[in-house]
Amino acid sequence: MRKALLTVMALLLVSTMLFAGGDKEAASSASASSGAKTEIYFLNFKPEVADVYTNVVKPAFEAENPEYTLKVETAASNQYASTLRAEMAKAAPPVIFQVNGPVGIVDNVNDVAELKNTDFYKLLGDKSMALSVGNTEVAAIPYAVEGYGIIYNQDIMDRYFKLADPVVKSMDEVKSFDTLKKLVEDMTKKKNALGIQGVFASTSFAPGNDWRWQTHLFNMPLYAEMIQDDPNANPILTATTAATEFDFDFAPQYKQIFDLYLNNSTTEKGMLGSKSVDDSMAEFALGQAAMVQNGNWGASQILGLQGNKVAPEDIKFLPLYVGLAGEENQGLDVGTENYLVINKNASEAAQKGADVFLTWLFSSPTGKQIVNNDLGFITPFNSFSADEMPSDPLAAEVVRWMNMDGITSVPWTFAGIPSEEWKNAFGAELLKYINGTSSWDDVVSVAQTEWAKEAQIAGRK
Amino acid sequence: MISFVIPFFWGIVLSFCKFTNITNADFVGFQNYIEAFTVDSYFMDSFWFTLAFTVVSVITINVIAFALALCLTKGVLGTNIFRTIFFMPNLIGGIVLGYIWQLIINGVLGIWGVNITTNANYGFWGLVILMNWQNAGYMMIIYIAAIQNIPTDMLEAASIDGAGYWRTLFKIIIPSVMPSITICLFMTITNGFKLYDQNLALTAGNPGRQTEMMAMNIFNTFFTRNAYFAQGVGQAKAVVFTIIVAAIALTQLGITRKKEVEN
Repeated sequence: MRKALLTVMALLLVSTMLFAGGDKEAASSASASSGAKTEIYFLNFKPEVADVYTNVVKPAFEAENPEYTLKVETAASNQYASTLRAEMAKAAPPVIFQVNGPVGIVDNVNDVAELKNTDFYKLLGDKSMALSVGNTEVAAIPYAVEGYGIIYNQDIMDRYFKLADPVVKSMDEVKSFDTLKKLVEDMTKKKNALGIQGVFASTSFAPGNDWRWQTHLFNMPLYAEMIQDDPNANPILTATTAATEFDFDFAPQYKQIFDLYLNNSTTEKGMLGSKSVDDSMAEFALGQAAMVQNGNWGASQILGLQGNKVAPEDIKFLPLYVGLAGEENQGLDVGTENYLVINKNASEAAQKGADVFLTWLFSSPTGKQIVNNDLGFITPFNSFSADEMPSDPLAAEVVRWMNMDGITSVPWTFAGIPSEEWKNAFGAELLKYINGTSSWDDVVSVAQTEWAKEAQIAGRK
Repeated sequence: MISFVIPFFWGIVLSFCKFTNITNADFVGFQNYIEAFTVDSYFMDSFWFTLAFTVVSVITINVIAFALALCLTKGVLGTNIFRTIFFMPNLIGGIVLGYIWQLIINGVLGIWGVNITTNANYGFWGLVILMNWQNAGYMMIIYIAAIQNIPTDMLEAASIDGAGYWRTLFKIIIPSVMPSITICLFMTITNGFKLYDQNLALTAGNPGRQTEMMAMNIFNTFFTRNAYFAQGVGQAKAVVFTIIVAAIALTQLGITRKKEVEN
């Protein structure tokens, strides 16, 4: 009796699987027969705009290009690498996918198509931004430029400037680490009068939430050292990607801003190991903190938070002043980790379709409007004029800083860090430093030795 | 059978290869196995951490489960309600439990201004508490079934012969439930070694990979370095892991089986 029951259940299970599969098959073959459309499969990296792709981009593109169907899948946050590897092994792999830079693209060296003759590549303004790998001259093209620095709340700053004896009278005076430090420490003294819990939002160190420190803030000493070692390197990222050694010459500068964050925070040190980036952004959005280090992608986290107390016009950017020479002329950290690649193992027609789609998205009037208003990307393409820019306040701030007279943006060099392993090791050591179980010298030596080791594993010579 | 054997052997083959996906594997011999231990010490560290955790949690889970089973086979009022309550944590998924316990433990530790990732010991004992809470009830059910199966005439004979409580426990009850002890030990040992969800949700290996268990170490191996280098090493670690777990579990089965008595 029991055996019979089990057999029936097993059969049912198998048949549902069969029918579920059959259903899909029927659907796709039906659409294929009605005009032989080519499917373009795009594996999207950015979960925050996943809905825009499926609800806005897909219908608009298919309406204007009836010979194609667009399929957009989005990997869950932090799961892109594993999702991509699984998808690439399938019979119908993604046609367009993303890599995070010169280190990431090595994993896909066998999959990259040559983009030199595509229309999409012709749109790229600064051709040196494209990546090459192996024998492929143009393997990956950046599509969104991002900037980060210290985000501050103008409203809280104005309240501070109205208190008795402010150390500076406006944010325009803050042009160096020393001024920033004086300002921040004075604000901490007056935090009750300002109604804030701390000047800086939590230095988040929950698992997977330390990238603002081990990658973004770290860009400052990394860039400074790379440019010191090779002042003529252009682009500096190429030099960083080849670096076999890292001395951490600017560790004191890193330490002083890191300590400033820690000592003037909303949160005591022992609790930082459980704080996430979301927590930090929420503290800023709720007016509990006056400043938070993050990039323009954080705008939606501030303005979208329920109970948000910060007005869009009060959200401003300050460059990361860490105490480097000549920092009064330094701008935000501007660069990209978003590169698109076309899969050379996809069918000829699908590869052509990928070029058509990307060119459409970044140069047709409909596409550009979606990019500006819905996707919110600051693009590196010459098809966008100076006044065609995304509308969110932080993106506007990035553009303002990029175009300021006499100000030079700091390029993203962290994409040249040899491996994720290096970032994890450095981040872990920073957390130990916060918890008092490691000294600062340990942090410096981990950064140096791990770099040498990981560079060797990555095959740098 | 085919669906089990093919991936298994394919996995072993790949552990001797460097590859980015399974269609372009290059044979490299034992290189991956050597690199698994020499590139960094995390794999061995995670082995010792996992071993310590398994020893502690196997003892505590089984002692607690057995004690609960003894209490709940006395026929006291409300026995069924208690059995249900103790069993319930087992119905919640590991990830959910991990996050719930992370909140609880951080809430308590917060009184002293620290949290679970401040010190690796907190993570260790947090995991032990979590696994006890989740698994003791399940093992308890197995022990209850076994204790209820002990023939009452044996217990009566013992009490007529003048055996005290502890003597009855060690000479009659424990030997009679030996088959259940075998199965409970087997389950807790393999659960301890294979633990992943709870580990991920509670500490994710922090601080600094000091609370990273073997399963998580293997997963992390795949994605923290370039694929060509890392995937083969991860595959090799997985094979080593399988051998270790199988060896320990089979040894345990052999030892406890010998102690089982025929009813």
